[in-house]
Amino acid sequence: MNFSVVQSQFFPLLINGLALGFIYVLISVGYTMVYGVLRLINFANSEIFMLGTFATIIVSRTVFKFDINSQPSHGMKLLIVLLCCLLAAMLTSGVVAVLVELVAYRRLRSRGTNRLGSLISAIGTSIVLSEGVRLLTHSLPESSPRVLSKFYIFTIHGVGLRIDQFLVIISGALFFFAVDRFVKLTRIGKAIRAVSMSEENSRLMGINLNRVISITFLVGGLVTGAAAFLYETVYETTVFNVGFNLGIAAFTAAVLGGIGNLRGAFYGGLTLGLAEEFFSAVLGTQWKEVTVFVVLVLVLLVRPNGLFGEAIQQSRV
Amino acid sequence: MHLEIKDLHVHYGKIEAIKGISVVVEQGEIVTLIGANGAGKTTTLKTISGLRKVTGGSIFFDGQDISNLPAHERVEMGISQVPEGRGIFPGMTVLENLEIGKYFRKNRGAEMAEDLDRVYTLFPRLKERTGQSGGTLSGGEQQMLAIGRGLMARPKVLLLDEPSMGLAPMMIQNIFNIITEINKSGTTILLVEQNAQQALQRADRAYVLETGKVVKEAKASDLLNDPAVRAAYLGTGAEHAV
Repeated sequence: MNFSVVQSQFFPLLINGLALGFIYVLISVGYTMVYGVLRLINFANSEIFMLGTFATIIVSRTVFKFDINSQPSHGMKLLIVLLCCLLAAMLTSGVVAVLVELVAYRRLRSRGTNRLGSLISAIGTSIVLSEGVRLLTHSLPESSPRVLSKFYIFTIHGVGLRIDQFLVIISGALFFFAVDRFVKLTRIGKAIRAVSMSEENSRLMGINLNRVISITFLVGGLVTGAAAFLYETVYETTVFNVGFNLGIAAFTAAVLGGIGNLRGAFYGGLTLGLAEEFFSAVLGTQWKEVTVFVVLVLVLLVRPNGLFGEAIQQSRV
Repeated sequence: MHLEIKDLHVHYGKIEAIKGISVVVEQGEIVTLIGANGAGKTTTLKTISGLRKVTGGSIFFDGQDISNLPAHERVEMGISQVPEGRGIFPGMTVLENLEIGKYFRKNRGAEMAEDLDRVYTLFPRLKERTGQSGGTLSGGEQQMLAIGRGLMARPKVLLLDEPSMGLAPMMIQNIFNIITEINKSGTTILLVEQNAQQALQRADRAYVLETGKVVKEAKASDLLNDPAVRAAYLGTGAEHAV
């Protein structure tokens, strides 16, 4: 145990934790929105994320001809490359999410299958997608060419904020804010909230349930895709099962915050990102994965519905 | 407006909840379905609005067979249901609850002010509470909100499921007066009630349901004086029946 590291490395750990935390926040949004409307844990969300990371790499390599030896780009070109990669990741994840719903869940739902059936279908879809990519990539990890040179924006007393971390924190916050406003203020967002409060009563309002569910998967997928792009700018690598640990962590974050609740995804994701960085600094990185679940168990002991669980229960009355 | 249910059958799994019901509702009427718990009243309403699947027979609305249409299309056609237990969206404000009642309408914007005005005139209490969250209203206010939300869809027929449930006697009177008023302004009403006394006083015609079947169909005023109905549903029949 090395507590002095918390003092000496406080700010670097804080920045790393926030960057990781915002990636968790965005993936958690994917889990929590789907759970809100269907009461279903979409296990395929981790693969929706994984496909987003590959889309990012494919676009930077094939469209913009980046490879392992190329120089990072600058100025206008940098902006265009980053935006195209972001869009590719979002679209890929968004479209895959909608397809997963159509293929794996809608048919079961229309036949009145119970939740357990959908859950098994979710796990099956997750395995099919990750094993499919494993075959295509021969189980090998792929590295992301460096598009963005990782300079420090500023340094104070030896503590620097790197551009990629800055990008993750700012755009993570922006994406979350956008989804939050979308759900609160737009007409379709209100329909999503209505469905999450009561499916039957929403249908009595003239809400087309299947359309709302598709849009929920689309939005959850777009945000998960944005997380995939941001993940690639910081960590610059991916593999067919990259979604497994990240997905479990993001799902944990959603439960931690109170699943089905957007604010819960926000605070749950940040809590988990920070906890991972600080605990692994003190205990050693081999404890990184353990801390995720220790935090979860501790929170659920005190608040069985997660940090914002009460808000969900109100919304379910 | 013409609603007709012909030999309707509905199953929950293998259990048959509705065993061949036929009901007709004509333009401008208040028709009520009365009967004990489990007679199939709520299931009948939910099947008309598309929340339950028809397993036999059919439902016609304005001459069109709607038995297999999804629920949201039936709302668009003019069938609006105020569900049992009110079904207010608790995390939304009173105004948001009313707005979502017009969710599907193409010219929502143009109609919104006019329809809100109509609802607020019927229920002045709601106007005082527009910004309040739906979950914090009293039972009576929630019922007003549920009916108001149903009206926002400009229905041709309004299906009301137990609007008096859990309300104080004063409030029950109030709600039934408003139902009568809504009917007088041209909206046809199909009313399901356990409070048979009130329902029969307000309705034109009534159907008595027992374990998934219609056992009696008559003018509401006739049923009010029917000794068997009084004994079974009005609780005051014993002395008359003897």
